[in-house]
Formats: sequence, C-alpha cells, structure tokens
Amino acid sequence: MECKCQTEMIPKFADAAIDISPLLPVLEAYSGVQGSLITVLQKAQELYGYLPADLLAYIARRLGVAPAKVMGVVSFYTQFRTKPAGKHLILICQGTACHVNGSAEIERAVREYLGVEEGEISKDGLFSYNNVACLGCCSLSPVMMIGDKTYGALTGKSVAKILKEIEKEEAE
Amino acid sequence: MRITVGKGSCGIAAGALEIFELLKSGASEKQLDCPVTATGCVGMCYLEPIVNIIEDDGFVRTYVKVNAEAAGEILKSAAGEQNRAEEYAIADEDAAGLKSQSRVALKNCGIINPESIDEYLAQDGYAAARKCIGEMTPERVIEEVKISGIGGRGGAGFPTWFKWNAARASAGEKKYVICNADEGDPGAFMDRALIEGDPHAVIEGMLIAAYAIGSDEGVVYVRAEYPLAIERLEKAIGQAKERGFLGKNIFGGGFSFNLRIKAGAGAFVCGEETALIASLEGERGMPRLKPPFPAQKGFWGKPSNINNVETYANIPWIMRNGGAAFSAMGTESSKGTKVFALTGKIAKGGLVEAPMGGSIREVIFGVGGGIKDGKAFKAVQMGGPSGGCIPAELSDTLIDYRALAETGAIMGSGGMVVMDETTCMVDMARFFLDFTCRESCGKCVHCRIGTRRMLEIMERICDGKGADGDIEQLTGLADEIKNGALCALGQTAPNPVLTTLRYFKNEYEDHIYRKKCTAHACKALLSYEIDAERCTGCTLCARKCPADAISGERKLPHKIDMNKCIKCGKCAEVCRFDAVAID
Repeated sequence: MECKCQTEMIPKFADAAIDISPLLPVLEAYSGVQGSLITVLQKAQELYGYLPADLLAYIARRLGVAPAKVMGVVSFYTQFRTKPAGKHLILICQGTACHVNGSAEIERAVREYLGVEEGEISKDGLFSYNNVACLGCCSLSPVMMIGDKTYGALTGKSVAKILKEIEKEEAE
Repeated sequence: MRITVGKGSCGIAAGALEIFELLKSGASEKQLDCPVTATGCVGMCYLEPIVNIIEDDGFVRTYVKVNAEAAGEILKSAAGEQNRAEEYAIADEDAAGLKSQSRVALKNCGIINPESIDEYLAQDGYAAARKCIGEMTPERVIEEVKISGIGGRGGAGFPTWFKWNAARASAGEKKYVICNADEGDPGAFMDRALIEGDPHAVIEGMLIAAYAIGSDEGVVYVRAEYPLAIERLEKAIGQAKERGFLGKNIFGGGFSFNLRIKAGAGAFVCGEETALIASLEGERGMPRLKPPFPAQKGFWGKPSNINNVETYANIPWIMRNGGAAFSAMGTESSKGTKVFALTGKIAKGGLVEAPMGGSIREVIFGVGGGIKDGKAFKAVQMGGPSGGCIPAELSDTLIDYRALAETGAIMGSGGMVVMDETTCMVDMARFFLDFTCRESCGKCVHCRIGTRRMLEIMERICDGKGADGDIEQLTGLADEIKNGALCALGQTAPNPVLTTLRYFKNEYEDHIYRKKCTAHACKALLSYEIDAERCTGCTLCARKCPADAISGERKLPHKIDMNKCIKCGKCAEVCRFDAVAID
C-alpha cells in the first residue's frame, strides 16, 4: 500500500468541538523556527487544555516532522496531557519534603473527595488531579497547586475545605 | 517610609497577596505617604507572610505571620497611631538567625522589589557588568572567576572558570550562554527563590559570562512548574533591554547580548546539561555521551556554556568585590557560600545562605531551629535523588564537597530534607528510587530496567514481602547501574539505597526478617490493637472502619479482626481515647 501519511492528514477531527483556528497563528509564528516543537505543544495545550491525537497529527504535518516524533516528545514530558483535564487541575506535590510531611494523605483526601483516580475528571467536570514532582514550595509542605494558586500546610480537612470553596464559587 | 511584602511563591501560598492588597488599600485610605511594594523571598518561609516597614533612614521593622488583623495594626503603626503591631514583630532569635547568614547570592532577596530594575540598580546592580565590559578583557574576567574558586552550584561543583575558559577557547563565531533553571531536585527551591527574588542578578551574571566567552545569545531554561519565576524573569529581561543592558552595543563597548526564556516541560533528566540542550532543541530530553562537552559542541552544535542559576547569581558579587573576597569564605576545596533549602521535619524551614565549611549540625540546629515538634533528629537527605542520607551521628560532617562525598551523599544543589524518628529510611530510599525510575529517560538499559528491578525489591520490602538475599541483590544491582549508566541520573540513582543500607541496615533487616517498620511508616507492616483498658466502647472506630474489621458492644472494649484489617489507620486517627496501639 502506498504511504498516505502526507496526504491524509488534513484536520478531519473526530471531535468536532476542536477548532483549529486559534492554533493557526502559533503555527504560523513558529513554522520556520528550528527546535520549536515543545513551545508549539505548550501553546497548543494552553489553548485546548490537552493535546488530542488529531491535533498532534496536524501539528506534525504543519511543522514537517514525523507524527511519531511529536508523540515521542509528548510522552516524554510530564507537562503534556493527551486526555482532557477538569476545569480546575489539581497538582499534588509528591516531592521529598511533601512526602515526609504526608503527601500520601493529601492525595487520599483529594481522591476520596472527588471520587476519581489520578488523571480522571470528576463527575461535575470541575476537577481532575495529577501527582507531580516537587513544586518548589517545600517549606510549606504538603502542598498542592490549583491553577496558578499554591496551597500549603495542607491537611485532609483543609483540602476538602479548599475544594468545597471552589465548588461554591463555581455554583455562583 | 515604605512598606514591603514578601511575594515569593511561598509568601503567596501563605496569603501574601491578600495582605498586600489590604496594606495597599489601607495606606491610601489613611492617606499615608508610604508606597507598598513587593519583595522576593527572604528565606524565612516558616514566618510568611512577612511585612517590613522601612523608615527613610533605613531602619527596618519586620512583622511575621501577618494576617488581616496584623495588617491593620501595621498600618496604624505606619500612621503613627496607637497600635498592637509589636505582637507580630519578628522574634529576636529569628532576626538574629537571618543576620548570622553570609549573603552573596541571596543578597537582594527579600530586600528589593524584584520587578523594579531601579531598586536593583540602587544596590550597585549592573555595576559589575559595566566594569567587566568597560574595563576588563574577557581573559581577565575569567581569571577573576578562577581566583574566586567558585564551583558550579547545580550539584557537581565543577570549577566555573574552567567551563568559561573552555567555551572561550572553542573555535567558532556563534556561542551560547545557557542558564540551567530546571530545578528538579524534589526538596530544593533555591533557584526558584533566586529568580523570583532577584532576577536581575541572574541576568547580570549571564551577561558577564557572555562577555567572557564571547557569546551574543543566551537562554534561560526554566521549569514550567515555576510560573512566577518565569513571569518575573520576563519582566526583568524587558527592563534590562529598555535600559540597554541587553541588546546591541551594551555600555557602548560594541558588545551585544540577547537573552530569552525557554520554559521546560517537566523532566528531571533535563537538569543534565546535554539533556537540557536536547530539550532546548525541541527534542526528547535525553543525555548524550560526553565528550564532546557542551563547551565544544553544545546548543545547535555550537560552543555553549551552561551554569546553574545560583552560580550566575554569585558572579556580579564576585566581580564587584573581587574573587579573593569570595574565596576567603569557605574551605580549601569548597569556596564561598552556598544556599541551602531546609525542609522536611525542621522547625524553621526555608532558605539559608552560609559559608561552606560549617557543620550540618550548625545549619539544622542553628538557623534551622532543630527538629519540628521536639522529635529526635534521625538523618538528613542531601543532594536529592542523586544524593544520600547522612545519619544524625555524622551531623558534625562539614558542608564541603569533599567531606559530604565521603559520607556517600553529595552537596547537590543544596536541598536538605530533614528526617525525624517517624521517617522510615527504607521507605525514603524507595521514594527516591520511585522518582528516578519514573524520571529515567530510558536510553540506558541499566538505568531503565535496573532501577525498576531495584524498585520492585524495595516495594516488596516495604510491603512486608522482603526475603533473604534482597539486600545482596540490591547492592549488586546498584553496582551495575552505577557502572552501566551514561549520565549522572543513572549513575547516582542507587545512592539513596546505598547510603541508607550503609547507615540504617538494621531498618532493612527489621523490615525483611522481623516484618516490622520501627518508624511506623510502612503500613503493610503495622498491626493495630485496641487497648481494652483505654477503650470506652464509643463505637466510633467501628463505624469509621472501611473494612468492617472492628466489632464490640457499645460501652465495652472493641476488638480488631486482623484478618479483615486493611491497615488504613482510620481507627487510630479517629479514636479520641488513644486506645488504638500501633506496632
């Protein structure tokens, strides 16, 4: 069979909700710039919240690199997600200081509160969580980050309170 | 008079943003002629949020753990009204701890507003770069760095001048200066605090390095997990460009240098310089064989000089005060000062900068205030996943590259995670191995599969399924990985296991042969029993037990069925009479 990887890779997305237009200026800006794959992927994830397979294939074609290479980079770095995240992404720090100060308990509290495992989205679509290596706020351990905000000196109880607070804000 | 609020990541997490807004709006309400500005982290993270009132004559009053009420009192104090702000003033002991440090890299952190280039300039900012570019030859600059004796602050302590000299000597027109701000060691945050607190010092250090090696382009590779550091650095680069400290014809000497930021995407191995270069080029961050060294063939195959954030931040000080002033501090083999991140079970966690050559005990029990909650000091982990655990009995070990290496640990980037009697050393070693195993890039078989095999053994031991011969197998595998891995990540991955085996072998044996975890950290090895004397039969534990393993009549002592018990510890957690004994 003839190789069709160059011809069939027009954006024919299974998920019709994906609109390619916001990404076009990014691809335009970086199309000739050597070594910009990671930056393009970071910007794409910023726009879409995650990196759907179709989008990756499209990026590969536009940047003129093999889809396998794009996937290789995506799977290498922990920042990239190929599945959607909840509206609020919770990053639970599993660094050394947090580990020593009970981050396992924090994860348990988050998991029990949301009723989902790592990487899954809560029923209301509001949350998902991921364990991450050190967030660099060790003196406040255990720590988690929601969006750009860091919460320190956590306990199982304070975690529930924080999540409840966000739910309340969302309901309003 | 002005008011400053510590707005590092740690301060913000402790609520500094709210305090900042309160003070700002309060100051304008009271019509105070008193600007409210931000500073970076002063290092006393355990006291955040921290607020300073700085009088026009330079007198500083420091208030700690500031809440909304305290903010109100501070404003009253600033307005000269009657107030109770004194209640929130820093304790003499803490103030003395801060004074006792020798601050070179952290000189401006917590003092100046990191978003204001004028405040940096007021602290002699860019004077060193001006002197180097205006008055010194590149060779002379490198000579001064050599006199200072500074070694790379990222971990290995490799002489900085040597790298610079090698990059200068390499043939080629195009050269790069790269700053490694991919601070991946869990338990280390000095680079984050430095960039957040004094970004211009890093820029100035890179500018001097660029002049010394003859480079016109620089990149700072920052972890994506540090959004505030990226934001502040971006701002600082913009300001430096505006003032002509970056760009074309800097200081009118015909020298040009441009700087940009590259956000990392999360991979510990990218702290290794060749992996970092691969990542900069948009590839998977996998290390390659050295030589050629980056100084010969680095970013895009061009000679590149890579130093850590802290190394660059020291350079302006060295150039202003002379290399000899820097080398006068520290020991024979380790010159100058080092920033340490004190965390874990420590009373006063935060950043500390001290001359090399002090003892571990001095740092932990001096500035660090000893162990949290009055528990016993057991060990300190130095050097992150590549380092090792130093036991309490060796706490007189000097902080010096050589002395630390003799213990089996390393200086690393300066993370010190303190552990007390409740920390299980076997679990600790398992934790680090789990980290390196996940972060292994997969290039070398020994690292990719060897760490996995070691981890499986460690997990088994922690799960109470350890067997005779496990320790020998661990040391055997460790040896093979050390010899067979290409980069430092793999070569040092077994260190946490090896050092804990060296100093805490009894804990391994307790786990394997007695199926006991004396620190009560490995859940599978615990057994729970209800003390009939203490149990009041309140039924709380029975109701909370997720496994239905607790039975008993109301008002009579309860019992745990160990066959059903899943060892979650819920009963001990909820018991109000301290009746659940854990062994």
